[in-house]
Amino acid sequence: MTNQTAIKTTANASSAAGERNKKILHGFIYAGLGLWALIVLFPFYWMLITSIKSYGSYNAERIPQLFPTSPTLENYADAFTAVPLADYFLNTLIFTVLTTVLMLFIIVPAAFAFSRLEFRGKNALFTLFLSLMMIPNELVIITNFVTITNLDLRNSFAGLILPSAASVFYIYLLKENFAQIPDELYYAAKVDGTSDLKYLLRIMLPICRPTVVTVTILKVIECWNSYVWPRLITDEEAYFLVSNGIQEIRENGFGRENIPAMMAAVVVISVPLIVLFLIFRRKIMEGVARGGTKG
Amino acid sequence: MEKNNLKAWLYLLPAILFLGVFLVYPLIDVFIYSFEEGYNTASQTYLGVGGYNYSYVLHDPYFLQAVKNTFILVLITVPVSTGLALLISVGLASISKLRELFQTIYFLPYVTNTLAVGLVFMILFQKTEYSDGLINILLGVFGMSPIDFIDGPWWAKMLVLCVYTVWVVLPFKILILTSALASVKQDYYNAARVDGTGRMRVFCRITLPMISPMLFYLIITGFIGAFKAYSDAVALFGTQLNAAEMNTIVGYVYDMLYGDSGGYPSYASAAAIILFVIVLTITVINLLVSRRHVHYS
Repeated sequence: MTNQTAIKTTANASSAAGERNKKILHGFIYAGLGLWALIVLFPFYWMLITSIKSYGSYNAERIPQLFPTSPTLENYADAFTAVPLADYFLNTLIFTVLTTVLMLFIIVPAAFAFSRLEFRGKNALFTLFLSLMMIPNELVIITNFVTITNLDLRNSFAGLILPSAASVFYIYLLKENFAQIPDELYYAAKVDGTSDLKYLLRIMLPICRPTVVTVTILKVIECWNSYVWPRLITDEEAYFLVSNGIQEIRENGFGRENIPAMMAAVVVISVPLIVLFLIFRRKIMEGVARGGTKG
Repeated sequence: MEKNNLKAWLYLLPAILFLGVFLVYPLIDVFIYSFEEGYNTASQTYLGVGGYNYSYVLHDPYFLQAVKNTFILVLITVPVSTGLALLISVGLASISKLRELFQTIYFLPYVTNTLAVGLVFMILFQKTEYSDGLINILLGVFGMSPIDFIDGPWWAKMLVLCVYTVWVVLPFKILILTSALASVKQDYYNAARVDGTGRMRVFCRITLPMISPMLFYLIITGFIGAFKAYSDAVALFGTQLNAAEMNTIVGYVYDMLYGDSGGYPSYASAAAIILFVIVLTITVINLLVSRRHVHYS
């Protein structure tokens, strides 16, 4: 009897100690995670806070202030008047929308052909497509630069868009999804006299909408952030995208010292994607986990 | 199923056209370029065929600097970012409160413009005549004298580049590892608990082997990505990377192609192919190593 209680009390004591250890460990985990969250968020906070400091007060701060004393919006006005930020924005929007739409027109029929139609050389062609995924962009960009230059398409939307439109990986992703749709549906549609095109548009695409949306969002992010190709192919400011615009602002824009105005431009450029992310958070993270690469 | 050859090729036509013109043809062409000596951009003629372009690139001090920078960047950022991502993901997996919030915050850098946010890092690290900058003031608390991280010594610039690269690549790695950790079957952990296995042992014997394929995938993509580093460096140090001694191999390729030092597609091609060979070699080594250490269930 006494033995049993003794065992019980030691068991209680050790589990209480375990509880306490667990709590301490959790405390450490939360502290660590919180610290990293702070490191991630701080640059965003800093650009916001700097963008609402006036030029004079920013440069008067030998020790940068964590909170602005007299917030102002004049930097945002400067960002839109002193440099053509609105034009950069519009260019990026046009570029993003057209590239994404063109990409869909290329990849949807291709994915359909690979998943539903039978034709000679299908397997060989699909293998070839898959092997194309391994070609790094850096290797082909040189000739593309020469091709676009020879076609006289530098400083044009066609030159910006055409080489960026096709994507083997998204064809593959969509094809895998199309292939999951049961064959019975196709034969039933055939019996009803539905054409292939109609079947693709009315049945397959709606069923696979989540994947199409994912691919679209990934492409939009890619377009919005693209820098290298636009930089190679445009040197007229009229065709600059936001990435090139921000580089131009940095080097010749407000003068190197007007950091607050620069930060206002950075905020304006960053907001659209952050809003898109907060709206489609789950879809984007799911899509990137399935098909994203960066890093 | 009936064969409908013509129709199928019609559906495939746009893809074949675009991939042919902008992916397959350039791939062949870049090899040809790299062996054409003395190529003239204006007249599109060349003097002869041979390996001179490779020899030029391999003896160019700017290229060697770029190779050195790229290798250091790769060797520092890949282990640091993968390790940090593993630590953070394991932390995330062990909590339930605030988890969604943390995951959302951690993913933010993925959806931001590298060039734009790089400017923020620049002003945080920069030392100007007006101010030492926030990072230097923080370091000053620990008794360090201010350093110009943006226009100063090479190692300081490299440090900032590494810090920024890790910041940029972590979201992807955390995301992949978090979902890998979530897919480990609870049964294994339950069995370990019944046996009274310690925390560290469970992690090394169960968790790590189970997520090793994903971890390995991240290491490979991490290597490939870091070898192609370029826009992060532009974001921090501007487009004149050679002058800043901060160029990367990809940056060297683009500088040869276009800009103040551009107009040499042959040199650019040779450099790009050298980069490709380096990346391919490293990937093959990675694959060979992984075959021994990765547990595929």
